[in-house]
Amino acid sequence: MSTGAVVSQLPWMWLVSRASGVMLLVLFSAVFVLGVSTRLGTRLRSMPRFAVAELHRTLALFSVALLVLHVATAVLDPYVSIGWWAAVLPFAAHYRPLALSLGALAVDLGAAVLITSLMRKRLGPRLWRTVHWLAYASWPLAFMHSLTAGNDMSIWWVAALVWGSGSAVALAVVDRILFAKQSRTGVIQPPDPPIRREPANCTGVRS
Amino acid sequence: MKSPLVLRIDRIRCDGRGTCAEVLPELIELDHWGYPIIANGSVPRDLERLAIAAVELCPKMALELKAAEEGARSVSDRTDEPL
Amino acid sequence: MNPTELFNQRASDEATSRTRRLLAPDPWASAGLATHLKDHGALEHHPTSERWRMGMLGEIERAGLVGHGGAAFPTGQKLRAILDHRRKPFVIANGTEGEPASMKDRVLLARAPHLVFDGAALAASLVGADEIFIVVHHDVRESVDLALAERREARLDRVRFRVMTAADGFVAGEASAVVNWVGRGVPIPLGKAPRMTERGLGGRPTLVHNVETLAHLALVARHGAEWFREVGTAEEPGTMLVTLAGSVVSPGVFEVAIGTRMSDVLDLAGGPSAPIQALLIGGYFGTWVPAPVALSAPFSTAGLGVGLGAGLIVALSTTGCGVRETARLVRYLASQSAGQCGPCSFGLPAIAEQLEFLAHGMPVRFDDLTRWVTEIEGRGACGHPDGVARHIRSALDVFGDEVSEHLEGRCSASERRASLTIPMGEPL
Repeated sequence: MSTGAVVSQLPWMWLVSRASGVMLLVLFSAVFVLGVSTRLGTRLRSMPRFAVAELHRTLALFSVALLVLHVATAVLDPYVSIGWWAAVLPFAAHYRPLALSLGALAVDLGAAVLITSLMRKRLGPRLWRTVHWLAYASWPLAFMHSLTAGNDMSIWWVAALVWGSGSAVALAVVDRILFAKQSRTGVIQPPDPPIRREPANCTGVRS
Repeated sequence: MKSPLVLRIDRIRCDGRGTCAEVLPELIELDHWGYPIIANGSVPRDLERLAIAAVELCPKMALELKAAEEGARSVSDRTDEPL
Repeated sequence: MNPTELFNQRASDEATSRTRRLLAPDPWASAGLATHLKDHGALEHHPTSERWRMGMLGEIERAGLVGHGGAAFPTGQKLRAILDHRRKPFVIANGTEGEPASMKDRVLLARAPHLVFDGAALAASLVGADEIFIVVHHDVRESVDLALAERREARLDRVRFRVMTAADGFVAGEASAVVNWVGRGVPIPLGKAPRMTERGLGGRPTLVHNVETLAHLALVARHGAEWFREVGTAEEPGTMLVTLAGSVVSPGVFEVAIGTRMSDVLDLAGGPSAPIQALLIGGYFGTWVPAPVALSAPFSTAGLGVGLGAGLIVALSTTGCGVRETARLVRYLASQSAGQCGPCSFGLPAIAEQLEFLAHGMPVRFDDLTRWVTEIEGRGACGHPDGVARHIRSALDVFGDEVSEHLEGRCSASERRASLTIPMGEPL
């Protein structure tokens, strides 16, 4: 058989869907950890703290793009019948309904977080914050979806990535709980020294 | 000619996260407990973009920029009601 | 009492009889509706007549009446501000009296509630409101309810009154805190809020007046601006209720003409009970004034150089310790923070702690203390930190010598107990 024929017989959609799924879990976990870091005020290398917040937002938006790819390839894949509705409605799929329902719920919560974040100015901080807390729920749903939607956990490095991401998130959650418990007395952290910077007409700051 | 801008802060929303002071140390410094002390007066032209960034990056959305003419006379907007 | 004292008493009675406007001479006189109508006559208003309303507003402005809740804001101006809005406003009569040492609002509501009701009804007619909330201290709730029942029976008012008990706490008396209390049951000041006269209760323009202001209003409406200006000074006309406390023979609430000599004002309470070192004028947010300056000065903002606030005058004797009083007071004020803003919630307790160290003669971070006092000003959502800062600055100034003593670990006071009343406060 020629290379071309082999290649054309590969189930592309399915492969891309699985690959993007793994990447998505890793990315989403990174977004989660960065979100907690933002809240805790931890610093990343020598980046100022607001840059951590920016990174969190940027990666979150990127993962939305990746999510679109993941869902689209899963739906368009000819081998398994999954309708578009299954992406947002639980119990709408016939293929692995539990796994896909978990995924759909994660997408729903994620969409709520995304929309409220984009419309933050108009919705006000309280509504935004309430919805943003849903993000804490969307990660476990995505994680469970990862475990049940495919068979790739048998590949050692996929399992490593998945469990590694899970550990990172678990640590972040513990950090968040500890932070919430400590009461605020006295100085929380000394204020950061001023950022050394070129004259203020340089770029690097969004307007 | 655009009118000068004034930074205004909602002291109740502010939680002392300190993002604003990181972005705009020329106008904002933090007190002993991490809460911002904002310089009075309008924002200098060359710092306006940073001021806008500070407003957008505040995690509690406690900052805003207002035109100086709108009676935005000082940083803290309070009613003048007596105690 | 020997004859000389009796003579002095009568002389001061005569001098003050002209100033007995809000409060009847006899403290035990009936506060009922019949007596009120006999003493003052009925008050007519014509809410539908634009001419009457403009005329009355002009009269109030000419009288130069200002608010008696502490900020002395011109009453006419506040009324006019409300007129600019089309939505039907609310009127709130603020008798919260969050200031713990002040008693004047309670005394007024107990002895002359109908003047307050009259004033509130008048204000409502002027601004087109038909619903009035009367927020009163729980001590006088019953008296006010009785007064309202009398008025309802006599069908005296066209507007609807609702009496509410005020919340406890120092900041509960602040205007936006009262609005918050009436509307949402939460007695803390609103923050970045538009003026009450624009958007207050239920989003509607809200007129908040101290009950004493309303009582004065009721009399200005009857007797006119000239009458009102017959006593007092040209810039600060009229009478005002003061609470005299501390080292005076008979502390209490008295009505004085603004501009009266301070020593005469103290005589209303029987005079000082001991030599005085300083007077606290205005309230717990007020300013200390040294006795030699204060006692010969007229009781007015112009005369004393400080705002008269809510009319509290506390006399501190030479045997007392100004540093100790200040420390106690600031600790109390720190506990009364609404806790909404960082600089106030964290700064005030830290400042209070340093003042307590100072009062005990222990090592103090004095530079930090003075820096923090400067820093809290203007960095809260309400005037609470500003009031505390102003008070502390005046205390550090007036009691400067005592402060120096304390910095060296000594205290020159002989009196062990503090004289300022602090609710549930621990004496130092």
